[in-house]
Amino acid sequence: MAATVQPNVKNVWLGGVEPMKASYGKLMMWFFLISDTFTFSALLVSYGLVRYSYPAYGGKVVDFVSSPAYWPIPEKVFDALPFLHGLHAPLIFVGIMTFILIFSSVTMVLAVEAGHRMDRPAVEKYMLWTLLGGATFLGCQAWEWTHFIHGTDEGTVIKELIDGSWVSNTIFGANLTQNQYGPPAFADFFFFITGFHGTHVFSGVILNYMIFYRTSTGFYDRRGSYEMVEKVGLYWHFVDLVWVFVFTFFYLV
Amino acid sequence: MAHVHEQDANAGAEQRKVIWRTFWILLGITALEFAIAFTLNAGLLKTSIFVGMTIIKAFYIVGEFMHLKHEVKSLIWVLLIPCIFVVWLLIALISEGGSIFDLR
Repeated sequence: MAATVQPNVKNVWLGGVEPMKASYGKLMMWFFLISDTFTFSALLVSYGLVRYSYPAYGGKVVDFVSSPAYWPIPEKVFDALPFLHGLHAPLIFVGIMTFILIFSSVTMVLAVEAGHRMDRPAVEKYMLWTLLGGATFLGCQAWEWTHFIHGTDEGTVIKELIDGSWVSNTIFGANLTQNQYGPPAFADFFFFITGFHGTHVFSGVILNYMIFYRTSTGFYDRRGSYEMVEKVGLYWHFVDLVWVFVFTFFYLV
Repeated sequence: MAHVHEQDANAGAEQRKVIWRTFWILLGITALEFAIAFTLNAGLLKTSIFVGMTIIKAFYIVGEFMHLKHEVKSLIWVLLIPCIFVVWLLIALISEGGSIFDLR
């Protein structure tokens, strides 16, 4: 009677039911992403805490000079472009990076859509575009870091207390303890927040490559489902989402 | 899998249209953010506009690209409710930062 298990009957306690109508893999990806949200939030929230514990720059934007005494204006820090040395192009480069990442998110979702139709050539094509976008973004970030670390031609004169006496020093660029653009904490947060995001982009590119490889060898055709593209797609969109927040809170506000 | 390849070319056309529309919305908002970054003076208004626009962008990325808008309600809430703690922590620690500023 009740002790016999009936096949093909879906019951909450007998399996075969997908909680929240999402497959196991997709659900676990969502739970991973919410935990990753907390990690990124921790970084951005501590940025907020430290940023508001420092004085803001009070004068006009055009008169801005870098000083460790107050928090810098991002558009005065990130104003360089590759191959155009000395040009003042505020936030242009980071805008290009934002565009690249949003665009690679679009090609990713197009790959997912092609996967629903089991259209292998289209999935391959869009995965290649997504890979190109991710790799370009990483390249841009490498350039931005290099520029940030090496600094400008002029540098910034700071006063340091060395062995009990005040010494004036010109410093160029930034590292974890010295920063020509503002308080050292600003550079620390730049390295940690964009670095943690960049690590995510990097692992996303590797995952995307694995998906591309398995698509082109016909693995998902044999399996009969392209759901793996969807799961990795969730991760890739999350990376884009985080950049939207980093862009606003680090570069705009 | 022969039947799969016989699908008409129009399958998913509606979905692709939504994807591209979302892309233009995201691009438009980002362009607007740039315009505001260089025209408005720093202050509460500017910050609120930026935060509002970021939330709109997040809504489109999570809702359309990550397809959350079309999932069941329980999954949407499972993911949204924990984020309330993030907002709380953000507000709490920014005001804490203001207090540290006042003290030093």
